[in-house]
Amino acid sequence: MTDVALSEGLFRLERHSARSHPRWMLAFSFWFLLYRRTWRGSILSTFVYPTLYLASMGIGLGGLVNQHVGTHSLSLGGVSYLRFVTPGILVASAMQIGINEASWPVMSAIRWQRSYLAQCATPLRVIDVFIGHLAWIALRLLFACAVFVGISAGFGVVQSPLSLLEILAATLLGLAFATPMAALAALFRGDEAFSTINRLLIVPLFLFSGTFFPIAQLPGQLQLVAELTPLYHGVALCRSLAGGHLLLWSNLEHLSYLLVLSSLGVVFGRRTYSRRLER
Amino acid sequence: MVEAQGLVKRFGEFVAVGGIDFTISRGEVFGFLGPNGAGKTSTMRMIACMSPRSGGVLRVTGRDPETDGSEIRRSIGLVPQDDALDSELSVLDNLHIYGRYFDLPRKEIRRRAQILLEFAQLGERADTKVDELSGGMRRRLTIARALISQPDLMILDEPTTGLDPQARHLVWDRLHQLQSEGVTLIITTHYMDEAEQLCDRLVVMDQGLIVASGTPRELIDSIVSKEAVELRLDPGDATGLVEGLGTLVDRVEMLGDRLCLYGKDGDAILEAVLGLGIHPISSFVRRAGLEDVFLALTGKSLND
Repeated sequence: MTDVALSEGLFRLERHSARSHPRWMLAFSFWFLLYRRTWRGSILSTFVYPTLYLASMGIGLGGLVNQHVGTHSLSLGGVSYLRFVTPGILVASAMQIGINEASWPVMSAIRWQRSYLAQCATPLRVIDVFIGHLAWIALRLLFACAVFVGISAGFGVVQSPLSLLEILAATLLGLAFATPMAALAALFRGDEAFSTINRLLIVPLFLFSGTFFPIAQLPGQLQLVAELTPLYHGVALCRSLAGGHLLLWSNLEHLSYLLVLSSLGVVFGRRTYSRRLER
Repeated sequence: MVEAQGLVKRFGEFVAVGGIDFTISRGEVFGFLGPNGAGKTSTMRMIACMSPRSGGVLRVTGRDPETDGSEIRRSIGLVPQDDALDSELSVLDNLHIYGRYFDLPRKEIRRRAQILLEFAQLGERADTKVDELSGGMRRRLTIARALISQPDLMILDEPTTGLDPQARHLVWDRLHQLQSEGVTLIITTHYMDEAEQLCDRLVVMDQGLIVASGTPRELIDSIVSKEAVELRLDPGDATGLVEGLGTLVDRVEMLGDRLCLYGKDGDAILEAVLGLGIHPISSFVRRAGLEDVFLALTGKSLND
């Protein structure tokens, strides 16, 4: 019955000479397809959470803060609490998206669904598999950060066109977390490690990196520690852009920090991916 | 198509493949037969250019996997043991994305997917999520997926392990069809009947080494005699039995609680046993097969 189908079909079709998309883009298209089929699950985190955060922190808590320290207190850089906290929340969400997208999906692609292994049986190389996934995470971040900045404009806190650059800065911050996380996730044997990382690393960073209050409020030594964390550099960079300041030495410093961390993650991940996928 | 000399795979101290030689020609169905842990999968992964060799020479489609892996993989279709399908995606999506990995144009992928869905008897299931497929359907989809790039060489790692008999025959049927299309097939299996059914030539592997090679018939004829008689005896009856049968029996093996006698003429052996006044609890005359070859070569049964 179907015996004729193949002989008349597949192997009589003319062969196609290879086209020349960069191979990482082909790996990227897998994640894009997967997202198109499963995007509903991420509506809440992309659209609803930012709104809730801005409403509760900025307006609820902010109202209280403004009453006590005044709307234009210098300790908040001369802006209302809502304006102060918005870049903080933007960057903290970027961190969480970066961490999440580089943990369970990476482990699944190695151990559960084994999508990476399917990719490695094709002309894709391990580096294409890795970069393709990172490119997808970057796009996810870019989209989520753009939505966030859009929503915050709705709250009336966007005052400088430089806020558009905040989208890029927050995306970079997300990658600075995602690349080392993906590198580690390739090594982990089970997903318990993810919740440990969340408890011991992500939550403290979230709370103490200048996200919700200026780090000047921290005792002296803790302030120094906070200044070393990646989240602090992301927050400081975005806050300065939100205030309309671009050309500052400190911004260059923040930018370099995030670029270096992202690149280290890529170098490290290239090794751990090879170790896992090219045994 | 594939050439290996002294091929070695080590994981740290552990030697998975301990230096093997083989040559696989175009259009051939070539089998790697052996128990779990014999080094079959490691060998497959090296041929599929997914795992670097630790030593020796390997050429696949005339090229070296170490330097041309990506290019070689363009002409290989791999069916891994565990399918590695995306269960959250539909049947069609799985075919589509795999075609994308080979950078085929979308229109071309759609055309091929239609043909392959028919081939895999999944025409009605195009939009079903892989989650909802049976094991046999998943395996046929994996085979179809590997074909989307029109490979010259298909590598199938235990293509029917875990499938029920009907599903197995359907897979065999499809593989025979590919063979008639001139696709070179490399198959690993620990099923004797599968190797005898499918393979033109095969090697028997045990503990990382090749212990025999040839066509299924050659192996059976050269290593064991044509027929085998399996006897279950009362304890005590076995003593002196073999001596009593003289030259009728070429070889003797114990298979669990059964005694297995090999010779040219099974019925004559059984008659001679009865002639000695021994009445087995049960007896069974059959053609010798690859299972017996494996037993003779390694002293153990394949599915231990």
